[in-house]
This record gives sequence, C-alpha cells and structure tokens, in this order.
Amino acid sequence: MVEVSNLVKAFGSKLAVDDISFSVGDGEILGFLGPNGAGKSTTLNIMTGYLSANSGTVKIGGIDILEKPDEAKKQIGFLPEQPPLYPDMTVDEYLGFVYELKNCKYNRKKHLEEVCQVTKLSDVRGRVIKNLSKGYKQRVGIAQALIGNPKVLIFDEPTVGLDPKQIIEVRNLIRTLGREHTVILSTHILSEVQAVCDRIVIINGGKILCDKPTDSVSSAINKNSRYKLKICGPQREVMTALREAEGVEHVEVTSEREKDSCTFIVESSGTVDIRKSVFYKMSENNWPIIGMAPEGLSLEEVFMKLTDEAEPVSERSKRRGRKA
Amino acid sequence: MLAIYKREMRAYFTTAQGYLFMAIFLCASGFLFSLTTLLMQSSDTATYFQFLMYGYIVIIPLLTMKSFAEEKKAKTEQLLLTSPVSLTGMVMAKFLAAFTLFFGTVIISMLYYLVLGLYGEPNWAKVIGCTVGMILVGSCFIAIGMFVSALTENQFVAAMGTIGVLAGLVVVAVINGIIDSYFVRLIFDWVSIYSRFTNFTNGIFDFASAFYYISMCAVFLFLCVRVYEKRRFA
Repeated sequence: MVEVSNLVKAFGSKLAVDDISFSVGDGEILGFLGPNGAGKSTTLNIMTGYLSANSGTVKIGGIDILEKPDEAKKQIGFLPEQPPLYPDMTVDEYLGFVYELKNCKYNRKKHLEEVCQVTKLSDVRGRVIKNLSKGYKQRVGIAQALIGNPKVLIFDEPTVGLDPKQIIEVRNLIRTLGREHTVILSTHILSEVQAVCDRIVIINGGKILCDKPTDSVSSAINKNSRYKLKICGPQREVMTALREAEGVEHVEVTSEREKDSCTFIVESSGTVDIRKSVFYKMSENNWPIIGMAPEGLSLEEVFMKLTDEAEPVSERSKRRGRKA
Repeated sequence: MLAIYKREMRAYFTTAQGYLFMAIFLCASGFLFSLTTLLMQSSDTATYFQFLMYGYIVIIPLLTMKSFAEEKKAKTEQLLLTSPVSLTGMVMAKFLAAFTLFFGTVIISMLYYLVLGLYGEPNWAKVIGCTVGMILVGSCFIAIGMFVSALTENQFVAAMGTIGVLAGLVVVAVINGIIDSYFVRLIFDWVSIYSRFTNFTNGIFDFASAFYYISMCAVFLFLCVRVYEKRRFA
C-alpha cells in the first residue's frame, strides 16, 4: 500500500533522513519509533507531500506522491504532530471544511456523523475548537484525518500530551482503525508500539536500525532474557548465590529496597531459562523469592543496543574510550 | 479551492478582522472624501483618489497580514498542503477571499458619490474610471501583502513589511521630483504605482497602467506560490 524507497532529506548540511526504505502492507499497523530528532516527522511529512525529499520516492497505492500529488494525497489521512485546527471554528464547521477541502463524494451529513461517532466527538460538535481540552483537540485532529475514508492513515505522535485514560482510548481507536485502514504512527514510546502495532520500524539519526514484526523485536533486540527478582535475604550473599546459579550471566542490584528484601536484575546467557535454577538456588539457602517478573528493555536501552550493533567495532571502542 | 475561499470568508466575519477592516477603510476613506471634496466645496475627486492610495498603504496590510502567516504559525497550512488542493488553488482562494472583502467595502464606499451627485456635478466618467483604477491598485496591494505574509509567520512582521514595500512603491514617485538624472526618473516613473495612476485622475482610462496593475498582481501571486514550492525543498 505504501512504499518508501531510498528517501534522503537534508536540511542545510544536516542529514535528517538518510536513505530510508520500507513498505507497509494493506491493513497493517506500522509503528515508527525513534527518539526526538530521529527523523520521524520529517519522513512522515515527506510521505504526505508536505515536504519534498532530496531523492527517493514515495508511492501510495502505487501512485507517486510527486508525480500525481492530488491523487496520492486523496488516499492519505494525516494527523501532524500538532493537530492543524482553526481555533475559531466549531468542530462541525471545521470537519465540514475538511470534507469540502478533500472534495469528498459521500453523503456529507452521514459521513460526518460516522466520523464523529468513531472518534467520540458527537457531544462537542457545536463547540468552538479553542475551548476544547487537549484530548478533544487531538480527537478532532484524528477525525479530520478520517474524513474521506482514506486508505492510509498517518499519525504523527498521536498520544503526546494526553492523559493516561485518553492515551488508552486513542490506542484502542487506532487499533480499531487498523482493521480497515493501513495505519502508520510515529512515537517515541516503546510500549505504545508494542501495544498497537503489527510491525515496528526503529529509526535513529535518519537511518533505519530495525524493521521487524512487533513480537520478534524484543527478542531480536535482546538475545538474553532478563528477570527482575525480589528476594528476602542478605544482599551480598544472595548476589553471590545468584551468580553461581546455572545459566546466569549477569546480576545487578537495583536501588529498590524494602525492609528485608532486595531487588535484583538477573540476565541469562542466550535462551537458557534461568528461572528454575534460580528458584532452587534460593530455596537451598532458605531465601524466599517474593517476586519474579520478566524485565523488558526500555527504549533507551534498545537504542543503546541497536546503535552499538550498527556501529563498527572500532568506532564503538573509540567512542567508549572518549567517554572514559 | 472553493472550500478554502469559503473558510477565509467565514474567518473574516466570525472574528473581528473583517469588521475592523471595513470600519477602518470606511472611516479613513470617508474622512478623506469629506476633506477633499465636501469641505473644499469641489466636485473634483482627483485628490481624493490620490490620498486614498496613501490610505491603502496602511489599510490593505490589515487585510493580508494574517493570510499565510497565521496558517504557518498555527500549523494549519500542513492540512492545506497535504490535502488534494494545488498550491495555485490555495493562493488564489486566499487572494479572492481578501479581494471579495476589499471589493465589497469599495462598493459600500461608493455611497459617497451619491452625496457628491446630489450637491455637485462630478465628472462621472472620471469617478468611475478612478474607482476601477483604485480597485486594480488595491488588488495589486493585496497580492503584495499576501506575498510578504507568506514569507513570515509573524503577523506583525507581515504587516510592517507590507507597509514598507507599499510605501516604497508609492513614494518612489515623490522622490522622483528631486532626482536629476532623466534616466533614473524614467525607471522610477515606470515602477511607481502612484505615477501610473496620474492618467486616471486626469480622466483617462489608461489601459497600459491597468495592465501594469494586473500583471503586478499576477507576479506577486505567482511568487507566493513559488515561496511555498521552495519551502517544500528547503
């Protein structure tokens, strides 16, 4: 449905997007993940025809966005980082304007009603946009993207600035939309893509670091499994014992501490399951394990790992040396 | 394109901008009109139109300053630029909306002539010729104002910049009086919007000048489109 190939975009001497290629299939939800300034918004802006690339092509449903912009744009619903709202209009006026702007051919009243229903805006349709809360504004932005029923929906950081309840609502909404549309969303929150997307593209410094289905990403990134353990017992002895347990590669103590228990992060080497051996080791010493949970990597750690892998070894050691 | 035009028109009248523009325009032109004709007990409108052009320097930017600057600031231009509307369509829609408001206000201001007709004997051909000329000058100013507005995201900068450019184009004629070089004078005379209006005030409908105003307007609208095209590649 969407095909991006060899996209390059430079702002002055700074390369914002550096030879990015990926494609998104029909009905797929793609998560575009990266830290601030990674080139996410730039890529999305190029895909929607707001910016032009220095080189490379974007095809939406087989149509090149530069060659036939009008036809390609008709197939895209775009929610930019900051929803493009006219504060002086009411929600109804605004959506009506977008409806006309996109030159839609549906039954106007019915179509707007549907869109408002999906985005739960029916109650505020008569209100002036500037008086709405941030969450509602975001929803008006999403509604705007849905008008005209485009095949491809592109959301740039759709949950930024929302409260937890609204975040969950927006995620659910995106998941529902993903059933009928191809959705591309950008975010810098790892758990968000894990919760919503079928596939993850991680970019940093304008380059793609990883392009994989969601389930395989965490295991691909982290070849070792990590567990967070809460154990009642003397810290130093427990630590030594943990190191001795079969399959354990690395142990560290966290700063979390309760009255008589300590928390450890234990990492195994490879795919060895260390849970049993740790359990027996602790029971030998009569130190009860009162908590054990798999520990995912935070986004920062994922980046550290990926960027470390991407860099040639010599450069990595140079960087480490400089740091030291 | 129609959608943008309609939205612009609605925006003029749901905010104070449209009303303020009309009020200031009518106040200023009414004042100039009574000053130059009624108080002078003259039915000659030449001075009125000349003064009115000076008025336009300040009034027209009020109309155009927000056209693109505000969209850029509120990021709403992202919606316009990613929707299936051409850049030319977008610029034309905005121009036509501003022009409609301007034209409507000029039509209202034509009530003044009624007073003149009741108490004097104006040269109607000249009055109408000058009015048409001033509408052309106005649309030319609107195009320039929109161009300046497209360059910035600050409305104040847009307004002041436009005033500067317009004042320059009009005042060139005044500076001309003190320049010795015939050649420079010729060029300035050719460029100056004000000098080109002289024939209108003399009662001649100068097609060359009319064409000049229209092409000036077209050039700046074209530049507006180019500004947006260039920004994409920036």
